[in-house]
Formats: sequence, C-alpha cells, structure tokens
Amino acid sequence: MTSLQNYLILSSLLFSIGLAGALTRRNAILVLIGIELMLNAANLNFIAFWRYGPNPSHLTGIMFAIFSITVAAAEAAVGLGIILAAYRHSRTTDLDQMNSLKG
Amino acid sequence: MTAAFFILAALTVAGTAAAMGLRNAVHCVLALTVGFAGVAALYLQLGAQFVGLTQIMVYVGAVAILAVFAIMMTHKPGEDQPRIFSSHWVVGGVVAAAVFSVLAWAISSSGTANQFPPPEPSVTVLAIGDSLMHTYVLPLELMGLLLTAALIGAVVIAMDRREETK
Repeated sequence: MTSLQNYLILSSLLFSIGLAGALTRRNAILVLIGIELMLNAANLNFIAFWRYGPNPSHLTGIMFAIFSITVAAAEAAVGLGIILAAYRHSRTTDLDQMNSLKG
Repeated sequence: MTAAFFILAALTVAGTAAAMGLRNAVHCVLALTVGFAGVAALYLQLGAQFVGLTQIMVYVGAVAILAVFAIMMTHKPGEDQPRIFSSHWVVGGVVAAAVFSVLAWAISSSGTANQFPPPEPSVTVLAIGDSLMHTYVLPLELMGLLLTAALIGAVVIAMDRREETK
C-alpha cells in the first residue's frame, strides 16, 4: 500500500516544479502554467488527505477539490486575457522586456 | 498498488518538469497535458473518480487548449528566444529548491509514513450531486457567479479597445 507520505512528497515536488517555472521562465504564458501546476499540487493534497483521513465517507475533500478546480479554471481564463491585453500593448510576452507598469 | 503509484508519479513529474524546461512553448503545453493526465490518474487511484474525470475535462481539455491558443496568438514567426529563462533564474531556482527541501523535511518528520488509507468509501456521482444540491448549494451558486464574472471579465480584458473607437 502507498502511504500518505508518498503523495505528500509528490505534491510538494509538483509545487516546487511549478514554483521554479513561475519564477524562472521568460514567457508569461508558461509562468501562468507554472501557477496552474502549483494549484494542481494543492488539489492532489486535498484528495490525498480526504482519502487517508478518518472518515472519507464525508465528501469534504472532494468538494474542496472540485471548487478549487473551478477557481483555477476561472484564474486561467482571466490570466490569459490579461496576458493577451499586455501583449497587445507591448507586443511581447517576454517578462524581461515587460518592465514598466506605465505604457 | 505501490508500483502503479510510482509509475504514475514518475510520469507526472517527468511531464511537469518537461513543461517547465522545454524550449518550444507548444512542446511545453504538450508535456503539461501528460503531467495533468498523470495527476488525473492519481485521483482515480485514490478513489476520486469524479475529480479525476473533472481534472481531465478542465485541465487537459480546456486549460491546455486555452494556453495553446494564447501561445499561437502571441507567437511571432521567425522569432526564437535566445534564452528561455529570465535573468534572475538562479534566485528563482534556489527559492524553489529551498521550498521543496523545507516541505520535504516537514513531511518526512510528520509521521505520515505509516499512515495507510481506511477501507475505500463508495463515492458515487449520485452522492456528489446530492451533496452539491443540498449541503454545498450556496458555494455552488457562488461558483456559477464567479465563473460567469470571470469569463465576462476575461473577454472584456482581452477585447481590442481600438475597434470600438473606429
């Protein structure tokens, strides 16, 4: 049987990969994808704790994961909209060149 | 079960690491779908079938396609980036490695290594729908409102304002 620790280590590894991508990539879209990966790691934790918790017949972990996926989908839509608006303004998605808030 | 877990974990980590490390952005999104599908398979293995299928539909089906569309709309032909990582990539990598080592240390000293699951509950879609319609009906309505507001907001933000003034 897989213990809870394996799932927790896996999800912290996923979180760190997403964090590394969000902090180091130059393409703004890939930074957003890194943030999605971090949210995915949190969802994996919700489901793992639900399954290994004292009474999984209560559906709290599943409900939290479903709502979290919904919020992540809304975040992806708004984030990509912002990236498209910024691209239209500065003609680039390179974060090293997007260095001014003022147009 | 353990072998299946390690295969799925290796697939997920390889997919996500490739998604954050490849040069071509479209290849990154393709690798990302592998990582998302691996997470969905882990949900299925944990007995959360509905969440696993939702993960496939939302992430593999919608978020990845949205990202591909955004990459195609912002890609300039003939432009290849000489560097894929930003100028501060050392700091970012060190921060991510530090976060992982702190988390791994906390998890390994938390005593979860010998925690094994209780017998598998029977989670039917009927039960999920039932509790969404009774216990969680207010959060469900709020989610509907949030999704509507977010999608309208995304369209408004991404809309080309110069078209209006013409």
